[in-house]
Amino acid sequence: MTTSTLGAPAPHRSFVGGLLKTRELGIVLALALLVAYTAIDNPRFLSGQSIRDNLLNTAILAVMAAGQAVVVITRNIDLSVGSVLAISAFTVATMMSANQDLPMIVPIVVGILVGAVAGLINGVLVRYGKVPALVVTLGTMYIFRGLVYSWAGGDQVNADELPGPFLDFANDSVLGIPWLVLIALVVVGGVSLMMRNYRIGREMYAIGSSPQAAELAGIKVARNLIVAFVLSGAAAGLAGVLFASRFGTIDASAGTGYELNVVAAVVVGGVAVFGGSGTVWGAGLGALLLTVISSALAVLDINQFWQQAIVGSLIILAICADRLVAVRIARSLRKRDAHV
Amino acid sequence: MSDSSSKLHRFSAAGGLSKRLTSWDSIIIVLTVIVLIIASAAVDNFGTSRNFTFMVLDLLPIILIALPMTMIIVTGEIDLSVASVLGFTSALMGWFWNNGLSIETIIPLCIVIGAVCGVLNGFLITVLGLPSLAVTIGTLALFRGLAFVVLGDGAVADFPFSYTEWVTGTIGSSPVPNVLILIAVLALIFGIVQHATPVGRALYAIGANDKAAHFSGIRVARTKFWLYVVSGAVAGLVGVLWTLRYSSARADNGSGLELAVVAAVLLGGVSIFGGKGSLPGVLAGVVLLAALQNALRLEDVSGQALNIVTGALLVLSVLLPNIATAVRGNWHRRRLRQAAASAR
Repeated sequence: MTTSTLGAPAPHRSFVGGLLKTRELGIVLALALLVAYTAIDNPRFLSGQSIRDNLLNTAILAVMAAGQAVVVITRNIDLSVGSVLAISAFTVATMMSANQDLPMIVPIVVGILVGAVAGLINGVLVRYGKVPALVVTLGTMYIFRGLVYSWAGGDQVNADELPGPFLDFANDSVLGIPWLVLIALVVVGGVSLMMRNYRIGREMYAIGSSPQAAELAGIKVARNLIVAFVLSGAAAGLAGVLFASRFGTIDASAGTGYELNVVAAVVVGGVAVFGGSGTVWGAGLGALLLTVISSALAVLDINQFWQQAIVGSLIILAICADRLVAVRIARSLRKRDAHV
Repeated sequence: MSDSSSKLHRFSAAGGLSKRLTSWDSIIIVLTVIVLIIASAAVDNFGTSRNFTFMVLDLLPIILIALPMTMIIVTGEIDLSVASVLGFTSALMGWFWNNGLSIETIIPLCIVIGAVCGVLNGFLITVLGLPSLAVTIGTLALFRGLAFVVLGDGAVADFPFSYTEWVTGTIGSSPVPNVLILIAVLALIFGIVQHATPVGRALYAIGANDKAAHFSGIRVARTKFWLYVVSGAVAGLVGVLWTLRYSSARADNGSGLELAVVAAVLLGGVSIFGGKGSLPGVLAGVVLLAALQNALRLEDVSGQALNIVTGALLVLSVLLPNIATAVRGNWHRRRLRQAAASAR
């Protein structure tokens, strides 16, 4: 799909771009319908507090989804993000409980660094070890989780051991926007911009569309793949800091099973698992949609147990929609060729 | 040229992987035997008959689900929904039991429902042509969700003693658990189908190149469809066994088991790209993981720290053969250069 954006004439690009836009429009529409329906049933769903809660709950998932989207666009996958979140959260929480006076920027940087190192390990194994990403990150998912467990054992860091400012960070706002939401917006926005407008981003799409072609076209595949994994790791590391700040109680099981939520958000957001298409902000919207669904169920007084089943159906629907778009594009491209 | 082709190696479907993987399943079998011998000698109580019984019961769910999973991964696909099917059938079992169905009706019913779950996966993957990784992540959430819808967070525990006793019991006074017969029979059937029938050969052909397989007359879509149905049925059966073993039907039974099964299958030498791997290797992989876990637990090492061993083995199972191939290649090139130099 995106190979055409690299070398094809302009009309092609706007045509494909238009179809991809409808894809994200679908998520926006689904969100709007859901919010409208829920708000009619209970107007308090649109109150400031409720919107705030939804955004706060989305933030951590959206940060991880932004990193994951980049990896998936390159036709890889990162299943280790939940475990990386745990390592980062536990490192930062331990550090903060020992040094109460550190300014907030220190844990954020440390968390990102811890995550980036984990991502680097994944990237090097995938690229230079020639081990498939699914195998590497499934392996490091276990390894990182095991490391946290052998470090933490049964211990946990409680909220009362953490400095006040660190815990307040999750709830404080700037200009009425909570820090957490601001960070998520910056991450999703920044990575979207990188993927859309910068050379490295376009190269990521090229790699995902056809790894061989990208290599033959002179793209530095090795560097780009490692950047993708480092980004995903760093995002998971940052998410660990936000997690620690928001929940205050951190043990070795933090973020268990998050990897599948993150992949779900990315897939619902329209990023194809075979790489080369989708957008980072679409993945962010996917994270928002998944979060809003679970809070809407609570508001609508629908049994909470339905939530997971609905998420599952949504994922399947999203892939079906992608398939439909792909078939339509293929058909219209064939028609175009026939006219030439 | 050789350099660029080696760079592309990772992306090619199965090119040149045969050498390293055929050797890996023999390595894993030897490794498993060594671990079993060392553990019996060095770890107190490891070799006892009681411990043997427990170990078999512990590896029961993973080994059964790994049988169809091996076939699915050999065709180049994956099924991540198995543990959720297990949870769903376990929840249904509790619900049916509460609604007064007899256990003789419930057990076949649960297996059939598991197969129906597989039909849904198979339909989405082979008829609509959707990617199996994404589809089964979706149905992973869907089936687990349905399990919670059926049973909530409650548990049903009062299953008839004769059935729960059969699952945890042993044959007569021997240490051989009853379920080992089940494992042996199913492993034999799957092993014969995979390694001694045209269907089995077709699986490898599909995994190596599904277009070529299609043009050589293999019904690719239909074969894959039935694999998912079988996988669902086996997961349904394991849901029943799990429920009876712990005498507890819960919606969250078996959570996260899908990744453990995939890890065991890959550790056994099956290539995630399809086309390569053998059932004996996978069986050894499952036994190796179970034996390590069991031995470390007897040594009071935390079960969670064992995650490190599982993960490292998984990565090494692919990394080491790759390094070996690279070294062999270098050595071969150097010999060619030397030969060329001496000829001059």
